[in-house]
Amino acid sequence: MKIHEYQARQIFRNYGIPVPSDVLCYTVREVEKAAVEIGGMVVVKAQVLTGGRGKAGGVKLARNVEEAINAGKQILGMTIKGLTVEKVIVTRAADIEKEFYIGFVNDRNTKTVTLMASAEGGVEIEEVAKNNPEKIIKYPVNPLTGLLNYQARNIALQLFGNINQAQKAASILTKLYKLFIETDATLAEINPLILTTDGDVQAIDGKMNFDDNALYRQPAILAMREPDEEEIQEIAAHEKGLSYIKLDGNIGCMVNGAGLAMATMDMIKLYGGSPANFLDIGGSSNPQKVIDAMNILLSDKNVKSVMINIFGGITRCDDVARGLLKALEIIITDVPIVVRLSGTNAEEGLAILKETGLPTVSSMSEAAKKAIELSKR
Amino acid sequence: MSILVNKDTKLVVQGITGRDGKFHTGRMVEYGTNVVAGVSPGKEGETVEGIPVFNSVEHAVKATGANTSIIFVPAPFAADAILEASEAGIKLVVAISEGVPVQDMIRVTPILKQNGTLLIGPNCPGLITPGEALIGILPTMIFKEGNIGFISRSGTLTYEVVNLLTLSDFGQTTVVGIGGDPVAGLYFIDLLEMFENDPATIAVVLIGEIGGDAEEQAARFIAEKMTKPVVAFIAGQTAPPGKRMGHAGAIISSGAGTAAEKIAAFNKAGVPVAKEPAEIPVLLRQKLDGVI
Repeated sequence: MKIHEYQARQIFRNYGIPVPSDVLCYTVREVEKAAVEIGGMVVVKAQVLTGGRGKAGGVKLARNVEEAINAGKQILGMTIKGLTVEKVIVTRAADIEKEFYIGFVNDRNTKTVTLMASAEGGVEIEEVAKNNPEKIIKYPVNPLTGLLNYQARNIALQLFGNINQAQKAASILTKLYKLFIETDATLAEINPLILTTDGDVQAIDGKMNFDDNALYRQPAILAMREPDEEEIQEIAAHEKGLSYIKLDGNIGCMVNGAGLAMATMDMIKLYGGSPANFLDIGGSSNPQKVIDAMNILLSDKNVKSVMINIFGGITRCDDVARGLLKALEIIITDVPIVVRLSGTNAEEGLAILKETGLPTVSSMSEAAKKAIELSKR
Repeated sequence: MSILVNKDTKLVVQGITGRDGKFHTGRMVEYGTNVVAGVSPGKEGETVEGIPVFNSVEHAVKATGANTSIIFVPAPFAADAILEASEAGIKLVVAISEGVPVQDMIRVTPILKQNGTLLIGPNCPGLITPGEALIGILPTMIFKEGNIGFISRSGTLTYEVVNLLTLSDFGQTTVVGIGGDPVAGLYFIDLLEMFENDPATIAVVLIGEIGGDAEEQAARFIAEKMTKPVVAFIAGQTAPPGKRMGHAGAIISSGAGTAAEKIAAFNKAGVPVAKEPAEIPVLLRQKLDGVI
C-alpha cells in the first residue's frame, strides 16, 4: 500500500523527524491562502501516488503569492503517469546547502531491513543505483539488535563530514528505522534530506510504502489508504477472495493460481493476442467465486472473449465444472468463453461441460489459440 | 535418493486441528508420509486421523522424535510457530501459511540460522519426494518417481509443469515449491546446490517469476557451479510494473525484476528458457541428449 507525501510527512513528524510544515490544498484559492500565510518563497507539490513528480512538472518553486497561484493552477488537475492531481501541498522553500538520500527497504537477498544512504540526493535513487552504484551506502540492519546509535552515527559521518551535522542525521536515521519497523513499511525514504544553509538537517520530502500482509495490525496506516479507481476494483476483488489486475488487452482470463495466471497471460501474448487482465480465483470450486470473477471480467468492456484456465489439483475438475455450470446459468453474456480443464478428473469435468456447447479444451495452448480466435469474431 | 525429505522423515503438523491442517494431514498419511505428531495448544491427548496431538512442538519432539514440521496456522501466528519448531530442534520447517508479514520473516531468519533450521516458505505448497513423502498440499497423482529435480515459486503452475513432465515420462526426485513471498526460506541457489549434490538427480527444472533477482543469482550459480543441466521458465512477461501479481513477491518495482532481465540472465548462463510450459519437457529432452 502506498501513501501520499503529505501523509508520510505527518508520520515522520509523529516520530520527531524535522519536516517543514505544509498545508494541504484542493483548490487554487486554498493555495493562495496558504502562500499568503507562509509568506516568502514557497514550493507547490502535487500529491499523487507515483514517483517522478518533479520531472513531470508537478513540483514548482514560487517566489511570491502570484507565482504560487499560477503553480496551483498548473498543477491541480494535471495528469502525472495517468493519475490526475487532485491536491497539492504548499510548504516554505528551504535554504538548501546540500541534498542527501536516506531510506530503508526490505531486502530480499540479505533478508534484512537495509539502510541506503547517498550524498547524491534530490535525484531518483534508481538513477544513482544504475549509473553510480558506488555512491550508495548499503547497510543491512541486524534484525535482532535494530539500528544501533553508533551504526547510524558512522553512516551519517560518511555523508556529513561535520560531527554535529552527522549527529542530527544519525538521529533521523534512528527515528526512520523505528517508524519503518513499527508501521510494517516496505519502503521509507527521505529524498532529499537536506543540510540547510544555517547547518540544520531536515526532511523535505518523504515516500512510504507498506506491507499489504501486515495491514491487519496497522489500523492507523490502513486508514490513510486513498485508492485510485483501479485499486478500488482490485480491493473489491480481494475482498471476494480474488486477485485481479486490469490490463489493456481484450482477452479476459480466469485462472486458479497466481503463477499459472501469469503464464496464461504470457501465453495469450505469445500466440498474438492481448490479455485484458490478471485474475487468480484461488483453489476452490465455489460457483460464487466464478460468478464474482466473471462479473469483474465482463465489467471491462474491452473484453471480447474469455479464457478460463483451470488446473485441477486437490480441487477436482469435475467439481470445478459443476461450479462453472452453476455460474454460467446465472451469468448471461454474449462474450464467448473457452474453458480449459486439466489435472485431477479432467475428463469427467470436460464431459460435464460438453453438454453446454461451450468450447472446451484440455491444453493451455489450444485454449489460448481458441480465445484469440473468438476475440476476433 | 532425493533432497530434504524421504521415507525417514518424521513429520509433526502444527495446526493439525484446523480445517486445512486436518484435511492435508489425512492426505499426507494416505500418501505414506511418516506423520508422527500434531500440535494444537489445549488439545494434547486427542488424535487427528489417528495422529497424536500435543500442546507444544517440544512435547511432540520428545514423544515421537519428529525432525520435520509443516505449519498450517493462520498468518499472524506463523512466525511464532516457525520459531517454536526451530527452538524445539526441528531441522526442516515447511510453512504453508499465506499472508505472513515481511517483518515477521526478517525477525525469524537470524534465529533459524543460529539454530541450524532450514525453512521452506511461507506461502508455499510444500514439497514432495515421489513415492516417499509428501510434506505439503500438492496433488499427489501428477507426480512420478524419477530423476528430475524441480524448484518453483508457484503452486498451480508447478502442477501444470510437473504434469507435463510426468506425461513425457520425466519422473522427479524431489519437487519443491519455495513460495511466492519476497522474504522466504530456502531459495533457488540453496536448492540448486542440493540437487547438484544429489546423485539421483540428473537435471533440474526451475520455474521463476517476476520480482526480485533470485533468478539472476540462480543463473550465475548455474554457470559457475553446476554440472547438471537446468531448464527454466519465467512467468509474468506481460505483467505491468508496480502491481503485485497475486504473490506478494511477484512485483516489478522501480523497473527491476522483469521477466526479460531474468530470461536474459538464463540465456547468458546457457540455461534454455521455455516460451510456454509445454516446451519444458522438449527442452529438457534436448538438453539431456546434448542437442542443445
